[in-house]
Amino acid sequence: MSEALNDLGAHLEAKRPDCVTGWEIAFGELNVTVTPEAIPGFVELLKTDPTCRFSTLVDITAVDYPGREKRFDVVYHFLSMYQNQRIRVRAQVREDEMVPSIIEIHPSANWFEREVFDMFGILFSGHPDLRRILTDYGFRGFPLRKDFPTTGYTEVRFDEVQKRVVYEPVKLVQEYRQFDFMSPWEGAQYVLPGDDKAAETGAKG
Amino acid sequence: MDGSTINAKGFEDTKTGEQKIRNFNINFGPQHPAAHGVLRLVLELDGEIVERCDPHIGLLHRGTEKLMESRTYLQNLPYFDRLDYVAPMNQEHAWCLAIERLTGTEVPRRASLIRVLYSEIGRVLNHLLNVTTQAMDVGALTPPLWGFEEREKLMVFYERASGARLHAAYFRPGGVHQDLPPELIEDIDAWAAGFPAFLDDIDGLLTENRIFKQRNVDIAVVTEQEATDWGFSGVMVRGSGLAWDLRRAQPYECYDEFDFQIPVGKNGDCYDRYLVRMAEMRESTKIIRQACEKLRHEKGDVLARGKVTPPTRTDMKTSMEALIHHFKLYTEGFHVPAGEVYAAVEAPKGEFGVYLVADGSNKPYRAKLRGPGYLHLQAMDHVASGHQLADVAAIIGTMDIVFGEVDR
Repeated sequence: MSEALNDLGAHLEAKRPDCVTGWEIAFGELNVTVTPEAIPGFVELLKTDPTCRFSTLVDITAVDYPGREKRFDVVYHFLSMYQNQRIRVRAQVREDEMVPSIIEIHPSANWFEREVFDMFGILFSGHPDLRRILTDYGFRGFPLRKDFPTTGYTEVRFDEVQKRVVYEPVKLVQEYRQFDFMSPWEGAQYVLPGDDKAAETGAKG
Repeated sequence: MDGSTINAKGFEDTKTGEQKIRNFNINFGPQHPAAHGVLRLVLELDGEIVERCDPHIGLLHRGTEKLMESRTYLQNLPYFDRLDYVAPMNQEHAWCLAIERLTGTEVPRRASLIRVLYSEIGRVLNHLLNVTTQAMDVGALTPPLWGFEEREKLMVFYERASGARLHAAYFRPGGVHQDLPPELIEDIDAWAAGFPAFLDDIDGLLTENRIFKQRNVDIAVVTEQEATDWGFSGVMVRGSGLAWDLRRAQPYECYDEFDFQIPVGKNGDCYDRYLVRMAEMRESTKIIRQACEKLRHEKGDVLARGKVTPPTRTDMKTSMEALIHHFKLYTEGFHVPAGEVYAAVEAPKGEFGVYLVADGSNKPYRAKLRGPGYLHLQAMDHVASGHQLADVAAIIGTMDIVFGEVDR
């Protein structure tokens, strides 16, 4: 399996040296990193090349790394039912950057791109109908970004007086409980309360 | 319009302004018994023909992926029951496989067999619900009443293994939560022996039923090309003649040692998908019987004892280390080495996958849940256009859509 993936990775790099910036095999899966503007061409190659035939788009998603300059990873998963192989294509994207849509090549990308836009605020150029999909009508913000609080900003309730559903800022009766169970014995970066003197005196370990 | 406007003067009345036919927009749902959940379809109709269909989803969106980022790996497991709540354990399976791939955990033999057994029970649970309620959508009342009786028996098996009828949380990273008692295996086997006879009954009700065939044959025909273009999986591709099943193509767990067939349809219409589902239930029953037979003889532990699984109760009573391990496991949780992995299982509805990005801590950095229903529903506009309004219900049924996994 992994030789086949090795061959495939080398083959793709040889075919498109301009857009493939790197590839690796990890946990038995082939990861290919490409530049965002090269995505449609690369996906087209994956679909049509006889040694690839990645005809099925499995998934499009994104991962947010707020500390990075190119903040998002847009991740594509493809499956070839003919060659029985999977591939993961990744592209790093800045927050203000647009990603070209691949709807022309895979019609099934439509909702996935809408979802990525909805959840991360990444814009796809050439998408015919980039509306929000999973969140409420009139929702603001991009929930899966790391700086979006899990509780959100608004909550809804039915107002007996106005006889309709009203939106209000979130009011929590107690603070959102986010326990940190990380073991201090495995190299915690923070100082535990009451432990502040340990650092001053040079610490025992 | 009402029959009284006989054309006495001989002019063409279709050309008068009042009688120009305008397309009609209707809302199907969000609450509609045939929508199998909260689905709002904005349908543009030309008479009774669907011209355009715009599904509005997200009415059941619970933000599972966001919630998962702030919980430990084990705490996240029960969320998977709540995705496709018709066959809960199949989803858990994908999550466990993803974690096991990253941590390099080897599942014990007996746990693997139990997983196969319960995955197949899940498949039967799902297909029973789908086949019979789809029949209800097209006008038959008896099948769901009969089918739910069998489903009830299967949910009792769920309960006897895990303590819960639906939200089982039974598959754990490294195995399954508890071993099955021998009586349960015998009961499951006895049930599986009698189940084909029940399927014959459903067959007799539906397969050659005139109304059922009129409503399903040649409805929502999906070609092989369309199936790949729209990213279909599961029965939606197999109904179109593509023999694609992850249990065979990319075997996981110990599916490769079981003897079963992959039923394939020919025409790719609703009727073929119904037949495929019926045949799959028979194949699943075979797998269940084989798994029961193996479980009778192959005893052993059901959890890979190690960092990701709790110690045995006896160990905890005698060993301090085991007690600490247990405590740390259920508070801090286990750490998963950094890396990313996509694990997919052949869920009853199609390919259910988990894309897991781990950063080495005790919580997933990002988990993306890929449900098959999302892509099937996406193709609704493509598939339903040109069909009658009444067929929309049949198409939703045949696509096997459950909103737990579509909206997540």
